[in-house]
Amino acid sequence: MAEASYPDGLLYHPAHDWARIDPAETGLATFGITWYAQDSLGEVVFCELPPPGTAVTAGEPYAEVESVKAVSDVVAPLSGEIVEVNESLADAPQEINEDPYGEGWLVKVRLSDPAEREQLMDAAAYTSSLSG
Amino acid sequence: MSETPLQHEPVLTVFQKGAEGRRAFQCPERDVPEVDPEQLLPARLRRSQPPRLPELSEPEIVRHYVRLSKRNFDLDSGFYPLGSCTMKHNPRLHERLAALPGHARLHPLQDAEHAQGALELMWNLERALAEIAGLPYVSLQPSAGSHGELAGVLLTRAYHEDRGEHRHKVLTPDTAHGTNPATVTMAGFEVVKLATNTDGGVDLEDLRAKADTDVACLMLTNPNTLGVFDANIQEISHIVHDVGATLYYDGANLNAVMGLSRPGDMGFDIVHFNLHKSFTQPHGGGGPGSGPIAVSERIEPYLPCPVITRETHGDGEAAPARFALENDRPKSIGRLRGFQGNYGCFVRAYAYICSLGAEGLKDASETAVLNANYLLALLKQEGVAEHLPLAYGELCMHEFVLSGGPMKRELQIKTLDLAKRLLDFGYHPPTVYFPLLVEEALMVEPTETETKETLDAFAKAIAEILREAAEDPQLARNAPYTTPVRRLDEVGAAKRPVIRQAL
Amino acid sequence: MLEAIGVSSVAEIFERQIPQALRLKRPLELPGGQSEQDVYAHLVALAERNTSTEDQLCFLGAGMYDHYVPALVDMLCERSEFLTPYTPYQPEISQGGLQVMFEYQTAICELTGLEVSNASVYDGPSAVASAGYLAKLDNGRGRFVVSAGLHPHSLQTLRTYAHGYGVEVVEVPLRDGVTDIHAWGAAIDEQTSAAIFAQPNFYGAVEDAQALAAAAKSDPAEGNAADTSPVVIAQVDPLTLGVLAPPGQCGVDVAVGEGQSLGNRLDFGGPSFGFFAARMEYLRRMPGRIAGETVDVDGRRGFVLTLQTREQHIRREKATSNICTAQALNALAGMAYMAWLGRRGIVELGELMLARTHYARERLAALPGVEKLHDQPVMREFALRLDGDVDAIRRRCIADGVNPGVDLQALTAREEDRGGLLLAITERRTRRDIDRLTEVLGAAVAAERQAVAAL
Repeated sequence: MAEASYPDGLLYHPAHDWARIDPAETGLATFGITWYAQDSLGEVVFCELPPPGTAVTAGEPYAEVESVKAVSDVVAPLSGEIVEVNESLADAPQEINEDPYGEGWLVKVRLSDPAEREQLMDAAAYTSSLSG
Repeated sequence: MSETPLQHEPVLTVFQKGAEGRRAFQCPERDVPEVDPEQLLPARLRRSQPPRLPELSEPEIVRHYVRLSKRNFDLDSGFYPLGSCTMKHNPRLHERLAALPGHARLHPLQDAEHAQGALELMWNLERALAEIAGLPYVSLQPSAGSHGELAGVLLTRAYHEDRGEHRHKVLTPDTAHGTNPATVTMAGFEVVKLATNTDGGVDLEDLRAKADTDVACLMLTNPNTLGVFDANIQEISHIVHDVGATLYYDGANLNAVMGLSRPGDMGFDIVHFNLHKSFTQPHGGGGPGSGPIAVSERIEPYLPCPVITRETHGDGEAAPARFALENDRPKSIGRLRGFQGNYGCFVRAYAYICSLGAEGLKDASETAVLNANYLLALLKQEGVAEHLPLAYGELCMHEFVLSGGPMKRELQIKTLDLAKRLLDFGYHPPTVYFPLLVEEALMVEPTETETKETLDAFAKAIAEILREAAEDPQLARNAPYTTPVRRLDEVGAAKRPVIRQAL
Repeated sequence: MLEAIGVSSVAEIFERQIPQALRLKRPLELPGGQSEQDVYAHLVALAERNTSTEDQLCFLGAGMYDHYVPALVDMLCERSEFLTPYTPYQPEISQGGLQVMFEYQTAICELTGLEVSNASVYDGPSAVASAGYLAKLDNGRGRFVVSAGLHPHSLQTLRTYAHGYGVEVVEVPLRDGVTDIHAWGAAIDEQTSAAIFAQPNFYGAVEDAQALAAAAKSDPAEGNAADTSPVVIAQVDPLTLGVLAPPGQCGVDVAVGEGQSLGNRLDFGGPSFGFFAARMEYLRRMPGRIAGETVDVDGRRGFVLTLQTREQHIRREKATSNICTAQALNALAGMAYMAWLGRRGIVELGELMLARTHYARERLAALPGVEKLHDQPVMREFALRLDGDVDAIRRRCIADGVNPGVDLQALTAREEDRGGLLLAITERRTRRDIDRLTEVLGAAVAAERQAVAAL
């Protein structure tokens, strides 16, 4: 994705991670990294995700994404337990660059404390934090 | 642009050359009685198929590797201002000396009385390094700088443990070489990062806030990786020692201060040397190196085994000395590797110190610093500085760090593009993208080896590349053009690793 | 130059940057500089006070071996293009060195029967300690189970490192010269991070690598999950692998070792190189440089340093190792040597060593007052037990111009090694040399027994 974009409707963590709360089931969320994060990192060549069942804590790293010359921690925007990981990234890590909010999602998480979402930013607040 | 002959040459590995049955090796005669192979070694312990090593004649092997060598750039061919690496000339005398059978063919377990020359050489080298560091005790054992760092941090651990203290943090500045934090973790400590102040030195406020009795050690490089001599070093030393921690000196930049200022006098407890940098061990395309350490009195009991001992029989300077290797040291951290260290490197470093002497070493550092400052001044004159400003300070020590940030914005070329274009001009580029603190960093270390003419020409080349970029940034962005291969697909290499020849 | 800088003297550059109190105000207390010929003469004089393997019939081994180094290795290592570059940070002008690394990795994988090799580490013992760190990072468990057959330097180095990264080292004794397989199996449990042995072991015995690896892996029949197995690490002598079963085929996960026997000179212990090979699953846990194949923008085949995110300069405190400078030139010597030896040569050389070592062992063990320390098969090195003080017997041999090998106990400090002598038979030791050793050692043991009896 060549141009910066920060879709409305997602929740953003200052460590450049996003969460999408499942509209049908508010206890479930999808996590990924933002356009800004993938752009700073460069072309992603490897991504190591923890297996389903792993607990994640808001604000703590749960995975790593790598480009050729950098490694970046991926921070959980919300707490919970991983229920699904994006297996296709093993063969096509570039999805994180090409479609960070779609095909490049990382994990799905059963949230333990949905109220934590109050701590996260909306697209406007996150965008303005980037220019600040 | 048409292909150069080297670009045109097909790239085949040694495994793709030769033919079945060809050979270089002739086995010595089987001069002992034949014995049933099963009696020599039962079949279940044997390999079933010979390993698929290459099958080539000697001329083919020689030609293969000599041709490969021509695809390398090397220090003997041209300027190599690779920051932090101290690419100084490697005198040919050293190769001749290291190859003498008395050095090269000496077995490491030869009895001490039959290795007195080697042990004396090591003793003399230890004494010289101790004097240069301003610290009394030396172990030559570590194999490279990072290995010396590991020795130093393990010594720190042993020192604290011996006093009944269990400290778990080690401080490293954010400008540190990556080996520092990696070493800290390997030695079982937690890394705590220190901020850098506006002069490029350690942020004293941050240090005061973080220095407590959990801190085992502070690891510093001085001059640091920004080419800045930290003028607060005595204050830093007080803060660190006041909380009972040790101060570790990463000797990667020792070439700036030999005979001019000594880490021991600055307050450091442990120092490592990079013999392959300051003391001109040829770098071999990635080693071997050698990373001896020098330590203060209080660290000495923990030094790695073995240590070299010297005994004299009789009185006076002329009394014959006997050298030995001592292993019985109850507080020692133990061994860091096999045998005594990279002796071949000791021979070369010792020859270098003998050649230069006290004055020569000082002169080497002075010239290295003069050359770096001259090149820095030239780049300012050439108008380069507006696009590539000095990151910190006005003068520098033996190297300096420029920021390519303005160049990237104004000329639309990155530091990487500048580096790649320099290849077409016949230079090895400076270190790029380190230290991480500096945007688009370019770290230049000319060393004392280079003449004024070389520095003048290099400054002109940089200025020329920036002029080109002002007209057409694509030129640098697509460089190099003349090298045996052009820009390589590193992303592809990392995504789908092919790390051996399919056989 | 000073004018361009804007200072009046070189001293001023230093005065403006280094505080007065920290400037050394006296010359270094070192001798003055000397001419090239004087330095040459001084170091020649030092060399002459060393007894090299040229000067003495030498059966020393125990980790480094007096093999023949072909002339082409010297020639290649002296070439400026290989001798004087730095680590290949700029791949476009480092294809020679990078391709050598790639070829070297291929050869090491082929010898060991494993899928991944790095471009070299410092030496054999530190490679063992680094392999331990790989295991610790991989499974986070707190104990290494180590065969007492490991080289004492490897064992000591492993202990030094492991004390730092917080892993306990438990030693399993030998039985009849090889690792006691029952004690080995019993010592390994789900808390074991790595199980480490040497092949051949320090006493020269060829271990049953397959049995050791199998005993170390958890047995699915007992209902253990597969991932409770430790990382099985073998320290291997690469020059024996023309004849010995490759560790990868024996169930070993990580094979490391000292590369000196591959075309590197003795150099009183270094520099040589360590090799480091592993199964594919440990690719991203490997220490050090790895060269990988790729293409340039025009599609030409080329090589780069790859998977660098493992390394200290990128991953910093989370790196798989702190290693930066390794032993590229020594690995080049190793690769050129392996090409020289070739597919048939490495087998022929191995068979020659087997035959001559067998001959030497049988002849020496037939001497009065000399017996085998163990009866296990041996490849190039073996241990004897002498009836008498080994130090005194060695001195007698050395006075006769023969260095009969290593005093085992001096190196291991183990009580059970008293009287032990460890000898290596490389291809440079002919039948005549072995016969000469037999004569000299026989006489020395007899003389020593007589001297003791006379007391």
